[in-house]
Amino acid sequence: MTQTPPKIRVDLQQVADLVPAGSRVLDVGCGDGALLAYLGAHKQVDGRGLELSMARVRAAVTQGLSVIQGNLEADLKDYPSGAFDYAILSQTLQATHRPKDVLEQLLRIGKRAIISFPNFAHWRIRLSIVLGGRMPVTPTLADAWYDTPNIHLCTILDFVDLCRHLNVRIERGYALDGRGLPHSFSPLAPYANFFSEQAVFVLTR
Amino acid sequence: MTTESQVTAPTQAVAGFRLTIKAPLVLQSGAKLAPVTMAYQTYGQSNAEGTNCVLVCHALTGDHFVAGTHPITGRPGWWDALVGPGRVLDTNRFFVVCANVLGGCMGSTGPKEINPETGHPWGLKFPVITIRDMVQAQAALLDHLGVGQVFCVVGGSMGAMQVMEWAHRFPERVFAAAPIAGSYRHSAQNIAFHEVGRQAIMADLDWQHGDYLEKGTMPKRGLAVARMAAHITYLSETALHRKFGRKLQDRSALTYGFDADFQVESYLRHQGYTFVDRFDPNSYLYITRAMDYFDLAEENGGVLSNAFVGTPVRFCLISFSSDWLFPTSESRTIAHALNAVAANVSFVEIESDKGHDAFLLDEPEFRSTLQGFIDGAANIRGLPRRATP
Repeated sequence: MTQTPPKIRVDLQQVADLVPAGSRVLDVGCGDGALLAYLGAHKQVDGRGLELSMARVRAAVTQGLSVIQGNLEADLKDYPSGAFDYAILSQTLQATHRPKDVLEQLLRIGKRAIISFPNFAHWRIRLSIVLGGRMPVTPTLADAWYDTPNIHLCTILDFVDLCRHLNVRIERGYALDGRGLPHSFSPLAPYANFFSEQAVFVLTR
Repeated sequence: MTTESQVTAPTQAVAGFRLTIKAPLVLQSGAKLAPVTMAYQTYGQSNAEGTNCVLVCHALTGDHFVAGTHPITGRPGWWDALVGPGRVLDTNRFFVVCANVLGGCMGSTGPKEINPETGHPWGLKFPVITIRDMVQAQAALLDHLGVGQVFCVVGGSMGAMQVMEWAHRFPERVFAAAPIAGSYRHSAQNIAFHEVGRQAIMADLDWQHGDYLEKGTMPKRGLAVARMAAHITYLSETALHRKFGRKLQDRSALTYGFDADFQVESYLRHQGYTFVDRFDPNSYLYITRAMDYFDLAEENGGVLSNAFVGTPVRFCLISFSSDWLFPTSESRTIAHALNAVAANVSFVEIESDKGHDAFLLDEPEFRSTLQGFIDGAANIRGLPRRATP
């Protein structure tokens, strides 16, 4: 039964705020469906989810959400073009094998894509490598190098470059702190790449 | 030798409702069948708007006695764990309908019933029926019951095939569809197993070319072997091993003969011989054939998603990890096809080592998943919420 979900994680709230009421949304890597449940209850969103972990899929479907088990890199190609208003990928792009292809698929399926990712150029990470001489372990990148699922980490500047390369338009964006709260400055500001731990962008073709 | 007195009574006293439809049913083969009798059961009450009907579709050897005590076997109905007051298919909220399939042997028109043209049991003169024909007959029943749109069509195995056919054939009449442990087509391996079963029945001399009711015989051995072979496909190696291993049956040493030394042999023999008391051999031939013929992709230009273009139906596909008869990959193929037409679909695999039969057993994760889907869909349909226990 769809009940009013409790508050959601701050970074998901940030993504939720970018979605207009009544949209059709595909949440890729939706986990147990916290964002979808929130969007369904508060924004009358027609939401679908794709999730790798069967246990999380069960948790989502048990809440009455429409979620299928699958691997985003294999399964996104099945969805028809323009089927959704928004395709959302939260904190997952850096864990995919082919982020560029994933980005293109998301922008094919969704009229817009909302992508959030950790910024590998944050000053704490730079310090860790330059002064500490070790792979960074931070609140946003909490796993040791041998445990991390993140294989394609990038910086805000890298991501913006890729968007330019793919002729993808950045409609909106927020620089976020470690908890996922927005900074006052734009992610495209020159110092954002140094001071923000994560970023979220609304993209379109 | 074909005198009336030799004819085994084609119907035992079967409880439940019957509906006889006089208008001919045009079958997929082109043949016409009239009249058509549907034996069915209902549980719960229809609401004033007629929007709370749940149609349950039974599997190959199932029947319309889904819940409560089966009037013939005295055992619980085959989905009693799911259907009843406060259960997943809550009869306090839903009007649950289940009909014996066309071609069946529990009261619906099938090969053991009397052919009105001859006054004798149909036998092999009964036309070959398909999953589509079963669904058309169910639709006629629902017309009679005054059900326009079904809230949810749900079923496992062959029942899942009917669910798929319902969603394909009558998308405007189905709000939600839950095909469980099923597929969009019968695989070559599944056809092969069915053929073994059919050959076992037909090889029994008592089958009499399908005229056993007229001749007063019964191909019990053939049907029992068919059931034994099929029963293996409903289990998993793990489940068989756990239950029986290589344990001996009522003896401490091998007998060096062909008696049922092993418990698993004894179990299968028991499964076979109890089955013949409740199932009609010709029905077994017809229903397995209907499953073999089912292929929603082939019917739609070889592309399954063509069967569901623009579908408004909400789907929930559920498979079981150890089911090798209708493996998870079949449900995944359906999920991909439904994604391709941007349908509203959930797809969940339940961890279970109990094989295909898991859909008939009380698997808590299966129950909670289906409950979530039903409650979510009921919420969107504007049906009352489940009373919280």
